[in-house]
Amino acid sequence: MKFSVLVEVRLLPGIADPQGATLERSLPALGFDDVEQVRVGKAIRLVVSATDEQIALERTRELCSQVLANPVMEDARITLQPLSQPETAGNPA
Amino acid sequence: MFPGSNCEHDVAYALGELGAAPKLIWHTSKSLGHADAVVLPGGFAHGDYLRPGALARFSPVMDVVREFAASGGPVLGICNGFQILCEAGLLPGTLQKNRNLRFICAPAGVRVDSNRSVLTSGIDEGTSLVLPINHFDGSYICDARTASELSETGSVVLRYIENPNGSIDDIAGISNLQGNVVGLMPHPERACDPLLGSLDGAALLTAFLAATPIKDETDHESQAEKIRS
Repeated sequence: MKFSVLVEVRLLPGIADPQGATLERSLPALGFDDVEQVRVGKAIRLVVSATDEQIALERTRELCSQVLANPVMEDARITLQPLSQPETAGNPA
Repeated sequence: MFPGSNCEHDVAYALGELGAAPKLIWHTSKSLGHADAVVLPGGFAHGDYLRPGALARFSPVMDVVREFAASGGPVLGICNGFQILCEAGLLPGTLQKNRNLRFICAPAGVRVDSNRSVLTSGIDEGTSLVLPINHFDGSYICDARTASELSETGSVVLRYIENPNGSIDDIAGISNLQGNVVGLMPHPERACDPLLGSLDGAALLTAFLAATPIKDETDHESQAEKIRS
């Protein structure tokens, strides 16, 4: 089975985020003075082949800990779903 | 050198002028030859994709660099080389974007904080040096415990006199506990010639060469000969 995976790499709480801070400082000038706590991270999309969802999740966790996120300053949030839903009778068009 | 390294010739030139016989080793190599010391030069290894150093640590040569470091061999990472050593786990912590989000290219005053390392051995602690810095991701960060351990064990090699980038505790360079693996953001190889305005880098690289045990004098000489010819 193939799984569509979204990895969100985020700076850990307490790690300074100069990009987020700069963005946030510039927002009031654009009329967005109702926005705060801006943090900039990365979103990485990938497709993982695995026999089931649990294994796909474990493989992605390994990938994150080895390369996608640096645990000194980042963590990773993983969301995944089967890439193609199996055809079912009565599936609405 | 990695695809995207861009300071390897500067380093080789500076070390050559100081009497060493430098040899460039491509990142796919699975051997360091008869190297007595290893320098990871600055630049943008593998395009700095994902994070600086994140992909370079998977280059084949890094396995032998890791073994070389574990056996006590002197390893120096300059700028991007420092970032690679951190990503490879040979040094603690990591380097983050400069606090002011600017690429900084300027001379920086640093002070030798410890002479326990192969880069500073024999240099008086407290010595001030002026070295060029040239980086976007140069803000050294680590957790508070690591930071205090670095200071307590004399593993902070250089500190900025005026912190340019937000590094924790003004750290410009660190070593491992044994002192044989050193990483720093400033570029000593760019301060080795009067034409470039400072000779302070030569003091560091001279110390680095002096701290490097020569395994095989004859082989070293023959390599030097090969490179000269």
